Amino acid sequence: MNKTIVLGVIGADCHAVGNKILEHAFSQAGFNVINIGVLSPQEDFINAAIETNASAILVSSLYGHGEIDCRGLREKCDEAGLKDIILYVGGNLVVGKQDWKSVEQRFKDMGFNRVYPPGTSPQSAIEDLKHDLGIES
Amino acid sequence: MDAILLIDFGSTYTKLTAVDIENEEIIGTSKDLTTVEDDIMIGFNNAFNKLMENIKDKDINFIEKLACSSAAGGLKMIAIGLVPELTAEAAKRAALGAGARILGVYSYELSKGEIEEIISKKPDIILLAGGTDGGNKDCIIHNANLIAKHIKNVPVVVAGNKNARDEIEDIFKAEGIYYKATENVMPRLNAINVEPAREVIREIFMEKIIEAKGMKKAEIFINGILMPTPAAVLKAARILADGTDKEEGIGELIVIDIGGATTDVHSIAKGEPSKPGVTLRGLQEPYAKRTVEGDLGMRVSAVSLFEAAGTRRIKKFVPGTQFDVEERCKFLQRNVNVVPKTINEIEFDEALGMVATEMAMERHVGVIESVYTPMGIIYSQVGKDLLNIRYLIGTGGVLVHSSNPKKILSAGIFSMESPNFLKPLNPEILIDRTYILSAMGLLSEKYPDKAVRIMKKYMVKM
Repeated sequence: MNKTIVLGVIGADCHAVGNKILEHAFSQAGFNVINIGVLSPQEDFINAAIETNASAILVSSLYGHGEIDCRGLREKCDEAGLKDIILYVGGNLVVGKQDWKSVEQRFKDMGFNRVYPPGTSPQSAIEDLKHDLGIES
Repeated sequence: MDAILLIDFGSTYTKLTAVDIENEEIIGTSKDLTTVEDDIMIGFNNAFNKLMENIKDKDINFIEKLACSSAAGGLKMIAIGLVPELTAEAAKRAALGAGARILGVYSYELSKGEIEEIISKKPDIILLAGGTDGGNKDCIIHNANLIAKHIKNVPVVVAGNKNARDEIEDIFKAEGIYYKATENVMPRLNAINVEPAREVIREIFMEKIIEAKGMKKAEIFINGILMPTPAAVLKAARILADGTDKEEGIGELIVIDIGGATTDVHSIAKGEPSKPGVTLRGLQEPYAKRTVEGDLGMRVSAVSLFEAAGTRRIKKFVPGTQFDVEERCKFLQRNVNVVPKTINEIEFDEALGMVATEMAMERHVGVIESVYTPMGIIYSQVGKDLLNIRYLIGTGGVLVHSSNPKKILSAGIFSMESPNFLKPLNPEILIDRTYILSAMGLLSEKYPDKAVRIMKKYMVKM
């Protein structure tokens, strides 16, 4: 299949381990993973997706500031001509114990196609992505 | 005696260097004004006669005559990519490393207006990039179509997404465009691959550009004009740092070339973070990197240097000068052949050299930033960390003729005033006293071991 995806940790977040695990898992699943690493601004995700013709952008955020960091990403993708690109986000997206349903809804309102709570196994995101991209598994 | 003649057809002067190949010594050097309007050979012959007078008592047989050139505007290029920070930047770096002067960098799909702008800038070569291998093809194909349709007589180097290459070749063949295709300047995201494009640019320079600049005549007398002068300097720097199979190099280094129109900085270094816990961000840097500051120069660009630096920054280096800084810079730009004589004039020139050095280095080296996170402060680095570079080598008129070149170059050293710039902390300072770097770049094409040994011998420690 060889679909290209862009993967990275957004904002001032430098959690590198989960990022490497995701890279490994998605590569094993047959995706062409463009990993832009930690400390990545929104623009880096978008630029990477343009140059590589990526089908999806997968954003990780572990430090609780994901909501601020992710705001406006969908709009910027639209602006950059990445029409209907698939956006996923996952991790410790907000500070403190908040009701997951409302968190998920907030990120969906921001234009993310799927939102994952802490502790999600990479496998479930891989299956979702295959489904969303119409890849037979 | 068997000797090799190395020629640099510069924009102002044609410079000759004669090398005793047996004893690995410089027998003599000379220079005369470049005469590109009439016949490039007039200036060459003048310089050659001077050279032979200097060394008249020796019986010399020139077994080889090699040249580089920046005459008639040098090699002028346009770089085109997709995203400004990615493939467009990679294309620009490839062109700079090939010794080109960059007339413009373009990104995304070109418009008709931009095509007209490119035509009006009269480039010698267009470097067309865009997309990683397997990535975006639409943009580069769009741009290839526009170029094929509207820009018929400029050679094109195609160095973009490999999956688009066949289609681009069809487009160019159909329209009779002269082009050469090579590897992608950015095969994977953020990974840079500039050498193949540099090599192809040099081939076109030798085949096409020499002729276009009225230098075909020179080729009859010499064995070939091998490369643009800045490429020769970069080549010399690289071989001096790395050495050859038989001759050891001196290790990672920076060459700073302060000229009348531009200040060039070359670094031969990996530039990885020297401290632990620093995260590297952004585009990978070329190991042999050249930057050109077109607004920093001693004469032709003296006013733009003033505009970039401002009075206070220049005065920092000549606190007590009696000159009005702005007026003096204007005067120097109008009178490009002025040689400073009084102490005052010399000090002012040295100050300009120091400002050019300081600013060109700040633009060349990497920058470290502290980022405040919930986990505390972390550091992210963009560009090359050159803190631990061992040698800083100076070349160019103001340095070679100065009695105080070390003072000028010290402006390029790390300073606590601006600790974010990863400039060298404690480098040894060397001066290219005999002005041989470009000549040694040429010599290294055929005699790499000898070139390294001669450079080691002639770079003067300060």
